[in-house]
Amino acid sequence: MTDFRCGLIVGLVIALGPASGSAMDTDARLADPVQQEIYIRLTHEVRCLVCQNQTIADSNAPLAADLRREIRQMLEEGRSETEVTTFLLDRYGDFVLYKPRFKASTAALWLAPGLLLLIGGLGLGRIIWRRRGLPVAVDDDEGPPEAAPGEPP
Amino acid sequence: MLRSEAGLTFWRFLLPVTFFGALLAVFLLGLGKDPTLVPSPLVGKAAPEFSLPRLDDPSQNLSRKDLLGKTSLVNVWGTWCAGCRQEHETLLALASDSGLPIFGINWKDDPELAREWLTTLGNPYAAVGVDQDGRTAINWGVYGAPETFLIGPDGTVLYKHIAPMTLEVWKKEFLPRIATAGTGS
Repeated sequence: MTDFRCGLIVGLVIALGPASGSAMDTDARLADPVQQEIYIRLTHEVRCLVCQNQTIADSNAPLAADLRREIRQMLEEGRSETEVTTFLLDRYGDFVLYKPRFKASTAALWLAPGLLLLIGGLGLGRIIWRRRGLPVAVDDDEGPPEAAPGEPP
Repeated sequence: MLRSEAGLTFWRFLLPVTFFGALLAVFLLGLGKDPTLVPSPLVGKAAPEFSLPRLDDPSQNLSRKDLLGKTSLVNVWGTWCAGCRQEHETLLALASDSGLPIFGINWKDDPELAREWLTTLGNPYAAVGVDQDGRTAINWGVYGAPETFLIGPDGTVLYKHIAPMTLEVWKKEFLPRIATAGTGS
């Protein structure tokens, strides 16, 4: 019961936390709903360099507000999502995006997890393959079953 | 048979240890770095175009053209920025001793306070442009004052220093690059 309550509270905190955090952007919606969608997506992908673990949508730093305004203006001028991203990358570098573009300097970042999983999987597969013929180990000298820890005998 | 098995055991030992060692080296190197310092992609490229009203005379502008012909420094500052107060003495010393003009970009500041600051503390700047809405700063990839750019005579960004300027940084990072680029005069 208490476990359930704890879980519920943790779940609520996780669910409500980010929602209350993203209320920083109080600007009016863009007239074009498609542009508004791009705007929301971009501001959730761009890192605020002043407070590096927040997106510019989550941050109330003056620079984040300036960047939101800049992105909004560029979209209203009819620039595409790629153009806005390129604008930011040219000025602030790969680090400004939470999902950096794939290129030589970011290849290790993108490929390492998959590569490690592959190596681990192959290793595990090899061990299983080599043991496939072995008999299942049976404990011969069966003593009295041990009492579970923490329980009275 | 025996030898190859010994070899296999050896590899089984060596591979994880090597892998662990490599990871350790990467993380140890990373520990010494400051994650708040983001390298600027502008270095090696042409300084962005800009045109800002001058702090001393808003009817005149400070623009990219003013930087050309001579190696110069562009310093982004504001009276709200503690690091800028900290580096002010160094900038004054550089203004009188380095022979290079220092151009200021007054970032998201009250021009009245900025003028007062320069009158009280001394003015190291050849000219200051007022960037009240912060658009020029974004164009320059600025994210935290003080930032100091080294600009070559042809308008190329040669280096960017984020954090207060000190004489050590000046000697270590700026002087060698100025020697390579020449002062342009």
